[in-house]
Amino acid sequence: MQLTEIRIAGFGGQGVMLSAHIIGKAAAVYQGAYATMTQSFGPEARGGAASAQVILSDRPVLYPYVTRPDILIAMSQEAYHRFLPELKPNGLLLVESDLVRISDLPAGVRVHSIPATRLAEELGRRMVLNVVMVGFFGAITALLEPDALRKAVIDSVPPATRDLNVRAFEKGFEYGLSTLHGERKIETDHPPLPLESQH
Amino acid sequence: MPHADPKGVLTGVHFMDGDHAACEGAIAAGARFAAGYPITPSTEIVERFAARIPTVGGVFIQMEDELAASIAIAGAVWAGAKAFTVTSGPGFSLMMEHIGFAAMTETPCVFINVQRGGPSTGLPTLPAQADMMQARWGSHGDYEIIALCPNSPQECFDLAIRAFNLAEEFRVPVMFMMDEVVGHMTEKVVIPPAEQIQIYPRRHTRLPPGEYKPFEPGPDLVPDMVHAGEGYRFHVTGLTHDERGYPSMTVAAQDRLVKRLKAKITRAADRLACYETDGVEGADVVVVCYGITSRVALRAVHLARERGVKVGWLRLITVWPFPTKQLRALARQIKAFVVPELNLGQMVLEVERAAAGQAETISVPHAGGGVHDPEQILDAIMEVVR
Amino acid sequence: MNGGVGDPAELGPRPEAEIPPEACECAPENPVEQFLRTDRMPHIWCPGCGIGTTVNSFARALLEAKVDLDRVAVVSGIGCTGRVAGYVRLDSFHTTHGRAIPFATGLKLANPNLLVVVYSGDGDLFAIGGNHIIHAARRNLDIKVICVNNFVYGMTGGQVAPTTPVGATTTTTPYGCFEPAFNLPALMDAAGAVYVARWTSYHVRQLTRAMVDIFRKKGFCFIEVITPCPTLYQRKNRMGEGLDAMKYYKEKSKVRHGAPTSEVALTLDGDIIVGKFVDRERPEYMELMRSQLAAQLGDRYVEVEHLVCS
Repeated sequence: MQLTEIRIAGFGGQGVMLSAHIIGKAAAVYQGAYATMTQSFGPEARGGAASAQVILSDRPVLYPYVTRPDILIAMSQEAYHRFLPELKPNGLLLVESDLVRISDLPAGVRVHSIPATRLAEELGRRMVLNVVMVGFFGAITALLEPDALRKAVIDSVPPATRDLNVRAFEKGFEYGLSTLHGERKIETDHPPLPLESQH
Repeated sequence: MPHADPKGVLTGVHFMDGDHAACEGAIAAGARFAAGYPITPSTEIVERFAARIPTVGGVFIQMEDELAASIAIAGAVWAGAKAFTVTSGPGFSLMMEHIGFAAMTETPCVFINVQRGGPSTGLPTLPAQADMMQARWGSHGDYEIIALCPNSPQECFDLAIRAFNLAEEFRVPVMFMMDEVVGHMTEKVVIPPAEQIQIYPRRHTRLPPGEYKPFEPGPDLVPDMVHAGEGYRFHVTGLTHDERGYPSMTVAAQDRLVKRLKAKITRAADRLACYETDGVEGADVVVVCYGITSRVALRAVHLARERGVKVGWLRLITVWPFPTKQLRALARQIKAFVVPELNLGQMVLEVERAAAGQAETISVPHAGGGVHDPEQILDAIMEVVR
Repeated sequence: MNGGVGDPAELGPRPEAEIPPEACECAPENPVEQFLRTDRMPHIWCPGCGIGTTVNSFARALLEAKVDLDRVAVVSGIGCTGRVAGYVRLDSFHTTHGRAIPFATGLKLANPNLLVVVYSGDGDLFAIGGNHIIHAARRNLDIKVICVNNFVYGMTGGQVAPTTPVGATTTTTPYGCFEPAFNLPALMDAAGAVYVARWTSYHVRQLTRAMVDIFRKKGFCFIEVITPCPTLYQRKNRMGEGLDAMKYYKEKSKVRHGAPTSEVALTLDGDIIVGKFVDRERPEYMELMRSQLAAQLGDRYVEVEHLVCS
């Protein structure tokens, strides 16, 4: 795996940190790769904006911070506006479609969207939207083994919510797959990411 | 050496931040008592200890301030426990009194400082490495401590164990100098089985009461210990004392005690020296670094090598005692040391002293609040070889 | 012990104290002697100082309460009274200024089998250490605090203390103290101590009995002992010698057990209300900790009595 910088951002309560944690854990613990996760602390991290950074690589990560993310996962409009300028010219943007209205998209950026909150609500718990998003990320990027992600989900959530979270993961993952297979209207002109290029 | 008590060891592969890993290291090392006072960015360590230790068999107490926390641990140690406290800059300032007390009374204990920007309240949530000299010199009088500097969550675990082992072996307070980035960064942490974790046991005397003298040093200049309640009826004081532990207000007693407290560490400096190198052989420039900055610096080193520069990287793991002898030998073989750190020039003074004019010493200061841009370090390297 | 340990009720000179013990093999051993590090004598306390008297009571109380001396630990801070730790033949810790209480906290929590006695002065415990003592009382930590109150900083030469009565002269209040003083029993009562008493160094027997009481009582116990500092406080305020202080304590002391602590504040030359003011039951810190953790963690709670490492 090439060094891949990921920024996940949204607002407080969406489980941004947990989604970053799951992705990092899947890579570091279940896939033998390296992952470094950092997060914003302090008053600015409470309530309003929340943002986490994960760097994945097959070699030890030296510089711990994301500077030009390869992937931006935006779960709020504010996060979208704030972090979009950082995204690499050919970066990948994943958005929560009900919460983010896409505008001023630079050329070359590939976008996929998912109504993660609505899908989570269909499962009965809005709070699992972050895990829906992780599933979606897993399918779209194919950066990590689905099973590694699945194990990381199971290992990172309270035991009582394991089943629910696994279902949330599968839901997001399936949504991602069907997006890639063109069963769902893709909201940009860009073709889906060729999987082999990610490895 | 005996191995760790399996009860406290969370064997397995984890994705964990540095603060939590340091806590697990302390527990694996046998720490069963911690006293703390909340302060960002170190609080996660005591929060985890408070949650974990009742299931392992130990006590956490949140004291009324850092003065209290830093001496409550000394009390616990003299009752028999392995103990530590955790803080950041402002709290570390308050703890100086008891770093001196622990040094003077040869109380084995560990002070964890997750460094943040200062002076004063500074940058509570953002990193710095500006307490490095304070860790060495912050309490009054002449004394020696040991200080270790981890650069990853894995090392927060591994070196925390080493910190406790060194504290016990040398009967000295050990400073565990983390920084906000290392504390809050989450990475893979492998916790080995307990039987693979070596533990330096308490140096408890084998002599019976009557024959035992609490501050009579062994051949390594370190005295053996006893605990309260064992019938030794011993005395411990922060005053200058003789081998019986009794106050002795004489020039001779002062000379004997203070010189021994210093020598027990400095005599072992070679053995305590611990650093990691990359490409130092044949290098023209060596970047000397520690903590989070070492990772940023290594990226700069890679960039410099891409440009054909013969540059080495030396990461201090044991920061105090400073490996003067080793760096002096290196200075004879290179043009310059480049020393990036998240302060306005602290450890660079030691590097300069070690270099003793044999090699140039270039400081790459950063006032804290973030880490260097690797380009800044690269520029300093390129400047030297130009 | 010259001028210190002895029965002040006699008030006269004590010739037996003038003779070093080793020089008088025929003399019966003073029962208190076994509690003292005689190899550290002579002590540093001034003639007429009351600290030694309190140590005498302390030793007698340990005997009377039949305490296992191997499990007694004495913790002192800094100051004249802070030196007590150095003179008692017990496990003893002479800590930093003001920090005897937090040191004792760690000691007690790591080995609850110890009888931990904090023996220190008014300045050490209530000025620099004031924050610690109120929190230890609040927690109802099972430690016994003996506060020797001589109204000044003795070791440093007679400066104003948080207990110095208004009007008293000290070296740092050369024109008289105008700061209101702490009423120590009221402060300890309010902070949550389960036992609060005050005696003077004149009341040797009562003081000894009070110490026996607290050795047997669980929780945070506090005894204030009013003592003379003839060298500094008495002299600066023209109060005479140690003997004059004894006369003053005898005349002005009024025993009022159970007196509301709000009524026992001291003044420069007024009455000294003495007695046992508070004796109540509250769950002790370790009990509270254990029951809470056991209730919350059930079988997962690992209760360890003594946190001794290998």
